[in-house]
Amino acid sequence: MILKTPPPLNTIFRFTVIGLVIAILATAFAYVGGWLDPGRLTPDRMINTLEDNAGVHEGYRRNHAKGYCVVGRFESNGNAVSLSRASVFETGRVSPVIGRLAIPGGDPHANDGMPPIRSFALQFQLPNDEQWRTAMNAMPVFPVSTPQAFWELLKASQPDSQSGKPDAAKMAAFFADHPETKPFLAWAKTAQRSSSFVNVEYNSLDAFRFIDADGTTQFVRWGLVPEAPFTSMTEAQKRDPDFLSKDLRERLNQGPQRWHLIVAVANPGDPTNDATLVWPEDRRQIDAGVVTIESAQAQADGPCRDINYDPLVLPDGIAGSDDPLLSARSAAYSESYNRRTREEAESATPSTQEPRS
Amino acid sequence: MNSPTTGTFSVPARLLHWSMAIMVMSMLFIGIGMVATVSERHVWLLQLHKPLGIAILALVIVRLFVRWRYGTPALPSDLPPWQRAAAHLSHWMLYALMLAIPLIGWTMLSAGGYPVTLFSGVTLPDLVSPSATLYSALRFAHTWLALSLFAVILIHLAAALYHGLIRRDGVLASMTKGQKHP
Ligand code: HEM
Ligand code: HEM
Repeated sequence: MILKTPPPLNTIFRFTVIGLVIAILATAFAYVGGWLDPGRLTPDRMINTLEDNAGVHEGYRRNHAKGYCVVGRFESNGNAVSLSRASVFETGRVSPVIGRLAIPGGDPHANDGMPPIRSFALQFQLPNDEQWRTAMNAMPVFPVSTPQAFWELLKASQPDSQSGKPDAAKMAAFFADHPETKPFLAWAKTAQRSSSFVNVEYNSLDAFRFIDADGTTQFVRWGLVPEAPFTSMTEAQKRDPDFLSKDLRERLNQGPQRWHLIVAVANPGDPTNDATLVWPEDRRQIDAGVVTIESAQAQADGPCRDINYDPLVLPDGIAGSDDPLLSARSAAYSESYNRRTREEAESATPSTQEPRS
Repeated sequence: MNSPTTGTFSVPARLLHWSMAIMVMSMLFIGIGMVATVSERHVWLLQLHKPLGIAILALVIVRLFVRWRYGTPALPSDLPPWQRAAAHLSHWMLYALMLAIPLIGWTMLSAGGYPVTLFSGVTLPDLVSPSATLYSALRFAHTWLALSLFAVILIHLAAALYHGLIRRDGVLASMTKGQKHP
């Protein structure tokens, strides 16, 4: 019945077994959590590197820090119904959208004329608590195709503490090591800076999957094509670091601004996991409807401030692809969102104050 | 001389205990792993994390009912009072954490303005309206309560093995074999 007390040696052995079980579990947990693996590219490291480059601006996004909230709607014409069962594409459905127009970079006080790129993020509110979020850039291709390469690019472009400019030699070495950046560099060489947020075309760059009512899947990329004709940044605009927001206000005073949501469908064999490559021009393109923006608001107290435009917040009928940038964006945007909402909560007033206006 | 425990856990209690033990341990590793990588693992682990977490929330409610309905076997009568107190405290901490962490997960996503998508097309209702302040507090709590849960589970496991290997008083067997120790 009752067991004899085990001999002391045996007891020591049994205690050791217990200790080992606990130690192994704790070590495995620490390993999975990345604490024993300092070389792993974690969302934390990615965001730290963005902060190293641009400084910590509390309450602001760690990338695309300078931007403005916009509000409007998307009217679907039904053309995409055959491709995706997502409710947003139902014929005649009007979905409210909250958007954000921004420029890339972690500095919320940046000069609008500096980057050649503008960005447009959208959140479509759909029935049954579903949402579709997308964050698009005004460029034809992304410079790199993997999160690791993006991180190395961030490292290479870290501004020198003396000059405030990236080290040209490091940049050159990075681009030499990364031939996949060639299409981007070719574009950047000739890219015209636009005079406005509203007259440029924005692209998802990453591929996604559309799933129709029968479950058939197609790879797609989407973009917004503006109705306003493109014009370049003027000499007067070059001297005004905030010309994009002023232009936006003036344009919206004249009336709502419109873009067509264009969906490009891949042919079998087109690259779906590589945002540095364009798809051939002749791919099927569908005009799925019109995004109309009616008003803009400063991000300090606008409705886009507390939205994380995570590209993998998708409704039924749209899904991610095998593009490795998507998971990295999802993970890194969440870490950026965690930091900025925490800073917002800790300061009595929202800390995303308008830079200059 | 250790006196044995009397009685065993009911069959539903044992089934719930061991299935949830696997689920909760998996959830802790999934959670800690998914926020520590930018690779594709991040996405599929998160897709697993949400439905599995909600399943744990549902099961812990069933489990508390089963516990109330069937009761638990008494601890051995010669167990030192401090160990008895520690056992009761740690068991209630486990229940509280298994209930609170998934509830916080769901509420925190609502507060962050995220749709709480379990599977494509299955989205849970919002529990609160969006608030960055609330999101931030709950996000912090989700991490630290989950780490506390892991710590309490390790203590619980060590204590169970202590009963099974050192005291050999039938306490471990009351959850594994469900028979009264010899
Ligand atoms: C691994 C690669 C990338 C990383 C690490 C990264 C990182 C970030 C971060 C940290 C933010 C701020 C998120 C927030 O706090 O809400 C951001 C915003 C943004 N990113 Fe990326 N990004 C990557 C790739 C891309 C790509 C491929 C695109 C192309 C479409 C893109 C477009 C945008 C846009 C449009 C925003 C602004 C969203 C807004 O206005 O809230 N990013 N990015
Ligand atoms: C027993 C249940 C659960 C456990 C043990 C658990 C555990 C964890 C852990 C350990 C983390 C990593 C925290 C960190 O290191 O920062 C985490 C993150 C997370 N959990 Fe849970 N969780 C549970 C339930 C849920 C539920 C039900 C949801 C939502 C429906 C949820 C949503 C999340 C999200 C979204 C994150 C990551 C957020 C981010 O990217 O910052 N969890 N969880």
